[in-house]
Amino acid sequence: MTQQTNLPGFFSRLSIAFGALFKSLGDAEFAARVRDDGVGPTAAPAPVPAPAPAPAPVVKPAPAPTPLRAPTPDSALQLLSLFQREARLIDFAHENLTSYSDADIGAAARVVHEGCARVLREHFTIEPVRSEAEGARITLNEGFDAASVRLTGNVVGTAPFNGTLSHRGWRAASVTLPQLAERHDARVLAPAEVEL
Amino acid sequence: MNDIVNNPLNDSLDNTAEPRYAIGIDLGTTHSALSYVDLQASDGEQAVDAVLPIPQLTAPGTIEALPLLPSFLYLPHPDELPAGERALPWSDTEERAIAGEMARNRGATTPIRLVSSAKSWLCHPGVDRRAAILPTDAPDEVTRVSPLDASTHYLRHLRQAWNAAHPEAPFDQQSVTVTIPASFDPGARELTLDAARLAGFTPTLLEEPQAALYSWIQGSGGRWRKQVAPGDIILVVDVGGGTSDFSLIAILERDGKLEPHRVAVGDHILLGGDNMDLALAHFVARKLSANGTQLDAWQMRALTYGCRSAKEALLADANATTHPIVVPSRGSKLIGGSIRTELTRDEVTAFITDGFFPRVEASARPTVRARAGLTQLGLPYAQDAAITRHLAAFLARQAGATAELEGFTGRVTADHTFLHPSAVLFNGGVFKSGILAQRVMDTINDWLYMEGAEPARMLEGADLDLAVARGAAYFSYARRGGGVRIRGGTARSYYVGVESSMPAIPGMEPPLEALCVAPFGMEEGSELELPGQEFGLVIGEPVTFRFFGSTTRRQDRIGDVLEFWGPDELHEMNEIQATLPADGRAAGDVVQVKLHALALDTGTLELLAVARDGQRWKIEFDVRTAAGVQ
Repeated sequence: MTQQTNLPGFFSRLSIAFGALFKSLGDAEFAARVRDDGVGPTAAPAPVPAPAPAPAPVVKPAPAPTPLRAPTPDSALQLLSLFQREARLIDFAHENLTSYSDADIGAAARVVHEGCARVLREHFTIEPVRSEAEGARITLNEGFDAASVRLTGNVVGTAPFNGTLSHRGWRAASVTLPQLAERHDARVLAPAEVEL
Repeated sequence: MNDIVNNPLNDSLDNTAEPRYAIGIDLGTTHSALSYVDLQASDGEQAVDAVLPIPQLTAPGTIEALPLLPSFLYLPHPDELPAGERALPWSDTEERAIAGEMARNRGATTPIRLVSSAKSWLCHPGVDRRAAILPTDAPDEVTRVSPLDASTHYLRHLRQAWNAAHPEAPFDQQSVTVTIPASFDPGARELTLDAARLAGFTPTLLEEPQAALYSWIQGSGGRWRKQVAPGDIILVVDVGGGTSDFSLIAILERDGKLEPHRVAVGDHILLGGDNMDLALAHFVARKLSANGTQLDAWQMRALTYGCRSAKEALLADANATTHPIVVPSRGSKLIGGSIRTELTRDEVTAFITDGFFPRVEASARPTVRARAGLTQLGLPYAQDAAITRHLAAFLARQAGATAELEGFTGRVTADHTFLHPSAVLFNGGVFKSGILAQRVMDTINDWLYMEGAEPARMLEGADLDLAVARGAAYFSYARRGGGVRIRGGTARSYYVGVESSMPAIPGMEPPLEALCVAPFGMEEGSELELPGQEFGLVIGEPVTFRFFGSTTRRQDRIGDVLEFWGPDELHEMNEIQATLPADGRAAGDVVQVKLHALALDTGTLELLAVARDGQRWKIEFDVRTAAGVQ
């Protein structure tokens, strides 16, 4: 459908994917952008400048300053701590890959992959947004949920839209993060270890 | 919060409210779980059940609700955790000991503060199970706990988790069942009951293999009647994390209804899935050290986890040939410091399939090495790792188990060298591997083929991890009249040793006779009196008896005296003791008593000394002894 050039390699994709995950968790504005246009950093449509001047004369664009949800760093820190504990993700992301062979990186990637999968499995119920196989032709009727399906390419005309499913999408059906004690300092992602 | 508890002593009196739930607790060697049946929503064989997620510490200050509570207790150093980091949702004070996932994690790196396998200690006859002896290798400054304390802690944790989730239905007003290995002796059963009482409730006890069958019956939704027929003998093979347990359950037909009867239980075998993972980890560690890589305790634990998943992967897929294992570095340099190795199919086959489940003859028996004169104080782990050999010994010992059962006469002939099961039910996470379950089936079917019998079939559809908890909840429900009951009564006959009245021969101990005080198969709620025999007990002076049990002598009646018995027939257990308190009598007086055996509704056995005037004293199975006597 679109250009197929200069695609990122596996490890870059891994890093982009995690970058996007954590940025979404910590930065509601970024998350909103991912949700709205999905492209992420490249599209950057100027962070909703609070339309203070005109007191909402038009009906269509939301009136008044759009209330933004404040991110809650605790949950993000908690998730980071889980990824570190189970998958050593922070250790992995902080390493400089240039001096290692792919075999060494691959061995470490197994730890990271297995642990990340475990965290995702145990704390989220993640299901595809669309159940059809990727590559299948699907029809979107009028009133489809634009938040969970993104139209790309030749977006013209009116619903029903016919197109090819290029990615099934993911939806977190449930999130169960551990509860934290009142005075627990979530900023300690992994305590230092001292063997006596 | 919401943890309003009745005084444990009078909670049986406070049970005025009709229970809303039937609760089943699997108090396992390595994991515990709680399942429950909603009594109001259930009818007949349609029981509505669920598993309670158990909130527990998974890291300092972090509480997660997991389906299983690892049966580990960690005793932290006072400076080890900041204030408030070990509080549970229901605790208003700091817990001294931590149970569950975090205990297991912490304990792996600080084993001197970790209590594990408390349940195996609870049935260890050589130690005082109420004495603070765990962890056995803890330094003096660690305040140790007793096997009883540890079990109490897990049960209290489960009770509190329930009360937090169901404030409208207090735990001690529900109908609760706790499971125990079928091989538990009366002393260990009573200790389990004591642990529950200390935790604030009085449960009924149920044998784990029976619980597994209950769970299978419930899971089949009534179709179990099509899968078994009268005359079937079901062998339950339960290999848990730390113990293996066998039971035989025969299917009878009474008044046109199928009725399962538990006819035999096996010995206590301390051998389970965790031993397999550890065996593999040590093997891989040796392989690594041959290449010059030494692992520390922390890495060993990571290796054990790695071996477990590699084992599961290789045993689940018959076509996989190798599975990589990576031991992450301990420091923050993950890539340079990680150790990569792999486990091959040949190794898993040699170590697990052939090591723990070898294809042996029906005549094979577990090897028993003579223990070294001075054994270290520790758990009596099975000396032979081959579960199939233990199974062969069990079936051979029970060859006559069904001889007297109605509808089974004539089925067993003299040339049967072992009891022929017609169906097998597996339980325990080990059997998630189809290869291992198949290996056991093939081995049993070889034995059956050699004696010209039909092959046994595998009962499908068992839930291997949670079957025991679920089955226990279903049993709580069934005994209130809701579903099928397994019958069978007590699984052993019991004897006290009496010296025979023979003229003394110099240099020879008077030979011992065994007096049957409780016969095989006593139904719960029944009481039997030892006819004739009276014993003179001295007030205020403890009297001890040598005590024996048999899993095979089904014909002995109460009062029978055995002069001879086969080497395998009677097993000596801990001594039992009667102490008659003064209670209005003068110390030193001799009171004539008769012995009574009582099979209680709670699933325990009680021996009583009853005086002529009707006064009763309990005979203790669990006599406090100095630790380390064996």
